[in-house]
Amino acid sequence: MSSVDKSTALELYQTMLMIRRFEEKLFYLFSTRAMPGSMHQYNGEEAVAAGVCSCLNRSDYITSTHRGHGHCIAKGADVRNIMAEMFAKSTGCCKGMGGSMHIADFGVGMLGANGIVGGGLPHAVGAAWSSQYRGTQQVAVAFFGDGASNEGSFHESLNLAAVWKLPAIFVCENNLYGFSTYYRRSTPIENIADRAAAYGIPGIVVDGMDVLAVRGAAREAVERARRGGGPTLIECKTYRYMGHSRFEKPCYRTEEEVRQWKERDPIICFPEVLKEQFSVTEEELKQTEIFVEKEIEDAVRFAEQSPDPKPEDYKKYIFAE
Amino acid sequence: MESTRIVQALRQALIEEMDRDENVVLLGEDIGVFNGSYRVTEGLLDKYGEKRVKDTPISEISITGAAIGAAMTGLRPVAEIQFNDFMGCAMDQICNQAAKIRLMMGGQVSVPMVIRAPYGATGRAAQHSQSLEAWFAHIPGLKVVMPSTPYDAKGLLKMSIRDNNPVIFLEHKLLYGATSPGGKAKSVVDDLDQTFRPAPEEEYMIELGKGDVKRQGEDVTVVAVGYMVHRAVQAAKIVAEEGIECEIIDPRTIVPLDKEIILNSVKKTGRLVIVTESAGCCGFAAEVAAVAVEEGLFDLDAPVKRVCAKESPIPFAPCCEADVLPDTEKIVKAVKEICRK
Repeated sequence: MSSVDKSTALELYQTMLMIRRFEEKLFYLFSTRAMPGSMHQYNGEEAVAAGVCSCLNRSDYITSTHRGHGHCIAKGADVRNIMAEMFAKSTGCCKGMGGSMHIADFGVGMLGANGIVGGGLPHAVGAAWSSQYRGTQQVAVAFFGDGASNEGSFHESLNLAAVWKLPAIFVCENNLYGFSTYYRRSTPIENIADRAAAYGIPGIVVDGMDVLAVRGAAREAVERARRGGGPTLIECKTYRYMGHSRFEKPCYRTEEEVRQWKERDPIICFPEVLKEQFSVTEEELKQTEIFVEKEIEDAVRFAEQSPDPKPEDYKKYIFAE
Repeated sequence: MESTRIVQALRQALIEEMDRDENVVLLGEDIGVFNGSYRVTEGLLDKYGEKRVKDTPISEISITGAAIGAAMTGLRPVAEIQFNDFMGCAMDQICNQAAKIRLMMGGQVSVPMVIRAPYGATGRAAQHSQSLEAWFAHIPGLKVVMPSTPYDAKGLLKMSIRDNNPVIFLEHKLLYGATSPGGKAKSVVDDLDQTFRPAPEEEYMIELGKGDVKRQGEDVTVVAVGYMVHRAVQAAKIVAEEGIECEIIDPRTIVPLDKEIILNSVKKTGRLVIVTESAGCCGFAAEVAAVAVEEGLFDLDAPVKRVCAKESPIPFAPCCEADVLPDTEKIVKAVKEICRK
């Protein structure tokens, strides 16, 4: 892909690896009960967040989902603050007030994960409206799942963004299951991207396991949005390796299906592309792995050593002055 | 020019704030080309253009959600939801999103937005007649405002627009002083007395959480909000002929609530009647009663009385609607009951 040079390609890999190792570490920490609450893991879907966010500037906006760790990392939030939020520490990006389902980092334009399916889509529309109003050229990306595409907020958001020609990009991560329900049991069409036609906007289907393909589609959508061409719906066909939440064991899909998707795992497959197409060396891959491992270990240490919030801290955040 | 009608006072507040701050933008159904279904935004599309006065699809989730996203990123949107009943369509965005974002995100962001909506029964049957302040008051993170006069409406709306939090601003249809086009409900404002204080042209603000004594009296405190303030004033005149002097307290904002003004009045009168147009169950009247009992029990000389709508959807037939709603006569009855020596 002509628009991707070696350093960009390596960055894509590093972002995906950071997300994967972060999620693996979280799974371990949860199993040792070191961490409170619940979580929804992003393993398997890394190419989507990495590919899309690689097309965005720091000042661009994203809204995310209950499965939002990957988006937050890919948008450039400090992994230490995300990890600390998982531990409900006062140094967390949300001061320990939000946790896994509400991670946000306004410093990098990450406007929030969301515990309500479809809840974040209209916020991206509003952020895109605000950008259009202020004339700043920022775009807003709404990440959401196949399940959210059956929520009213999906339809209202795409419609409003289309009719106001807003610089918004709607990225559907179709991981085939809304919790336990196979998407074809809840959605009467093969491609959710086809719904774009109803709003008169482009709808693109892309292989969500292929980070370069995701990046290519996102790049085009971002360019269209920046030049005033309005929104795009991109459907990324992807897969979540873990259960819906925490340690849930998926009884609704086969081991064989999981195995087949893992054959196309971006963390395994992309290094081959890096070596063949971008002359990345084994040594460079190894250095990336070492860097990521170190970042994650630092983040855990930072989180563990950070203080808890004070019991009355929440009171500061209910209302703004 | 002073505003003698709430519809003018609200419009004046919008104009002053839009002139003052270019980040104030309006959105909602039929607010532009049609001038708003109750005429609050009349002329504003011509004055400010389509960039700042946005007609939207009939789409309460995206109106509210887009206002939230815009508020998080630098604008101060004022959204109009055509009837407060329609806020049911947007409850996730109002209650799970707008109200909670600031806390969930550890204070990284504030959500400075206003949702204006008409409320109250005017012969439009069950889905266009409710008074829903309690829905929103029950969700921490929202402020809830209910003006009863042009003076209050202007000062409170200006303050709400400048507030850095989501504010639910509820406007009674009968107090606008304008009927909706095609609407049969008559405006009542011509029958109101000087309590219906006009809004002067000059700039002023009214703090959220500061109630107002709408009438001084020694014998019984009557707490009422919105349109019911004026029914209480009417009731007060009737019972005054029998020697009972009502003190009428208008909290003006449900959240934050000016407990002090209520408790001080109860300390003086020893009696409390609370009037709301909403149904009583778990409502604002119950909240005020709880405040009085918890913090002012020993000042009370008689049981607290609530005068609220009966527990029914609002029926269409005028005689049935009237039976459900509180009115002057029902307030008079309640006041007399607890003032019996």
